[in-house]
Amino acid sequence: MNPTASEKGGFYIGRARMGRRFWNRRMRLIVLTFLMFAVIFGVYLAGAVLGEEAIAADFSRKGLAPSWEHPFGTDMLGRDMLARTVKGLSVSILVGTVASGVSAVIALIVGVVAAMGISWLDHLMNWLIDLVMGIPHMVLLILISFSCGKGLRGVLAGVAVTHWTGLARLIRSEVFKIRSEQYVEVSKKLGHSGRWITIHHILPHMVPQFLIGLILLFPHAIMHESGLTFLGFGLPPEQPAIGIILSESMKYIAAGNWWLAFFPGLMLVMTVFLFDRLGENLKKILDPYSVHE
Amino acid sequence: MGIEAKNVSFRYSNREPWIFRNMNICVEEGERVGLTGPSGYGKSTLARLLAGYLKPTEGEILLDGGPLPKKGVSPIQLIYQHPEKAINPRWKMKKVLQESGMCRQEVMEALGIERDWLERYPRELSGGELQRFCVARSLFCETRFLLADEMSTMLDVITQAQIWNVMLKEIEGRRLGLLLITHNKELAKRVCSRVICLGYI
Amino acid sequence: MEKEGILVVKELSVSFRMYDKGLEQYELEVISNLNLDLKPGEIVAVAGASGSGKSLLAHAVMGLLPGNATVGGEIRYRGEVLTQKRKEALRGREIALVPQSVAYLDPLMRVGNQVRGNRPDEGRRKAQKEIFRRFQLQERAEKLYPFQLSGGMARRVLVSTAVISGARVILADEPTPGLDLEMAVEALKVFRELADEGKAVILITHDIDLAVHVADRIAVFYAGTTLELMKASDFQEGKARHPYTRALWEALPQNGFRPIPGFQPYAKALPVGCLFGPRCPRKTKACEAEIPMRKLCGGYVRCIYGD
Repeated sequence: MNPTASEKGGFYIGRARMGRRFWNRRMRLIVLTFLMFAVIFGVYLAGAVLGEEAIAADFSRKGLAPSWEHPFGTDMLGRDMLARTVKGLSVSILVGTVASGVSAVIALIVGVVAAMGISWLDHLMNWLIDLVMGIPHMVLLILISFSCGKGLRGVLAGVAVTHWTGLARLIRSEVFKIRSEQYVEVSKKLGHSGRWITIHHILPHMVPQFLIGLILLFPHAIMHESGLTFLGFGLPPEQPAIGIILSESMKYIAAGNWWLAFFPGLMLVMTVFLFDRLGENLKKILDPYSVHE
Repeated sequence: MGIEAKNVSFRYSNREPWIFRNMNICVEEGERVGLTGPSGYGKSTLARLLAGYLKPTEGEILLDGGPLPKKGVSPIQLIYQHPEKAINPRWKMKKVLQESGMCRQEVMEALGIERDWLERYPRELSGGELQRFCVARSLFCETRFLLADEMSTMLDVITQAQIWNVMLKEIEGRRLGLLLITHNKELAKRVCSRVICLGYI
Repeated sequence: MEKEGILVVKELSVSFRMYDKGLEQYELEVISNLNLDLKPGEIVAVAGASGSGKSLLAHAVMGLLPGNATVGGEIRYRGEVLTQKRKEALRGREIALVPQSVAYLDPLMRVGNQVRGNRPDEGRRKAQKEIFRRFQLQERAEKLYPFQLSGGMARRVLVSTAVISGARVILADEPTPGLDLEMAVEALKVFRELADEGKAVILITHDIDLAVHVADRIAVFYAGTTLELMKASDFQEGKARHPYTRALWEALPQNGFRPIPGFQPYAKALPVGCLFGPRCPRKTKACEAEIPMRKLCGGYVRCIYGD
């Protein structure tokens, strides 16, 4: 049987024993989350700092397999694939951040407006959500990106306006739930206006949903950016984007130049995975029901 | 002078059954009315109608002979059975009190609200302690009628007696009207000047 | 030496590993020195305010505590110490829990199927029909979904789930919320019947008034420990021995409605010695020592005074 608290000894306040284990679960989670964030931010910075000369063409070393000098090998123009991958990921992270940021804000506005308790507004917002959701993602993305003149701007606009629907639905239902809470009823009877209640009662409750939703949008945004670019409707070929790299490599895969697709693809998957874990960890930290586990 | 339900009938929608029909009840100022009876008689629904949270399907709710005020601080305050639902879980207790705009030291002292509770979050307090806050915020200056819906059902008997003793003093001192909904007949007998007993089926 | 009960809880303690503000972790003992014994054929009511540890006791007996809990002391079932593994084996077979409301039933499954359980054999089917008949649930009741049950039917269905398991110990957690005394006593008749058949029932409630009307004995919980174990009739006659139990009696609307001041202390800041000490009118220096449970007039009291 377990010893009682008094037998275990230690430092007491009342009968509560203050823990001295430094690496408890919450601590580990926070450090891990911070590390993930640092890695992602590091990749972004590295890509932004790397100059054009790092990916300059050099035909004297074209098509080299991975070696210590070029860990990811070189492509058919003799460009270092590691530098290209990092630069590509950097662009992807930028697109991901901006696009999911804009998406999440749209989602918050649509969700809160829909749940204001005005019937026609709710119908309108729901119709909007259904409309965007109803069209296949890729088709809508291609249309928007194409009509915005492709390029970085087209990709950003396309990804930003197509990814908010799921989060908007979630926020709408959350707001509805909170509006029907007894403490909101009480607040009304204490003479507070709808605006006061939205700001003081409802929006603070949306913070965790918003943050987690935002981060979980990242992987989608990055994947769609790459997909769009891969298909040729996104970033221009001179931009070192992952989608461009992957689509170029397709031509050489049959020739046995596997590293052209393998490493950039792997890095893309790892970045997406990292964002996903980041979101899940944040959920654990912010979720009041799992904090004591 | 009082609140009155006049031939009130209620149902949630046309397709649903009536919760009650042609209900008449009146609480005068300074009067303490108890309403007891088994569940399923719409006692809680009646309280929500009187507080103005719901609109009657037929009939009307009158305050001093006129309609209930739509905006501003309501003179009729409802105290719920589960205080943890009636308090925003993300707020510190200080903010919960500030929301009502009230700070009457003597009421807080009488209710035994301790200073360091104000800095805590609702989940760090017990049901009995939270209910004291709900009572405190309903007793701010403009209140004239209190509706207590199974207010002390979930509390232990000592806390129940503590809170009711304070409330009774306030209610008598300020000549408030009270509608007490409870299944506890002994409590109704002890607290109220008039008890309405809804019959058994 | 009297015969040991079917379920004995001895010096039980439960503590949780919690996080303070920020990253401090600490061990919080919420139940300490908790004692209870239960004999076949009786109903023991566990009465206490919220936070007195009465639901945790049920969870500890069933082995349902979350991962950050540590259990000390011992729980014995028919003379055998219960380990977590043993609890899981006995749960639902020998020891059954009656949940609070229909919300614990599967809303999309007919109640008859739920009572019978997974892959029922012919015997199980017959047992279910038998039990329904006994509780005056009509044949067609088994075809209903939980939301179609009336309050009284729902309660009988919930009890059926515990009875069909053939459990010898039945734990009921706040089984009658929001019923007035007469109706609650009526609703709890099924437990009386079960006890008369030789089963042992633990009735967890915060309503001491109700407890005395249905139970044979009452265990009064306070701040995570047992303060008194006594016959229900003694409480009714106002013959409680512990000052806290007496204060409970005094606070009932029918007996004066006079509360003692103060609050149940937090698990985080418990007083030294007697947990009721700070609110006790008879407190002396001697109360600051560890107070053992002692036998008094057919019950047990955790108090050094007593008459």
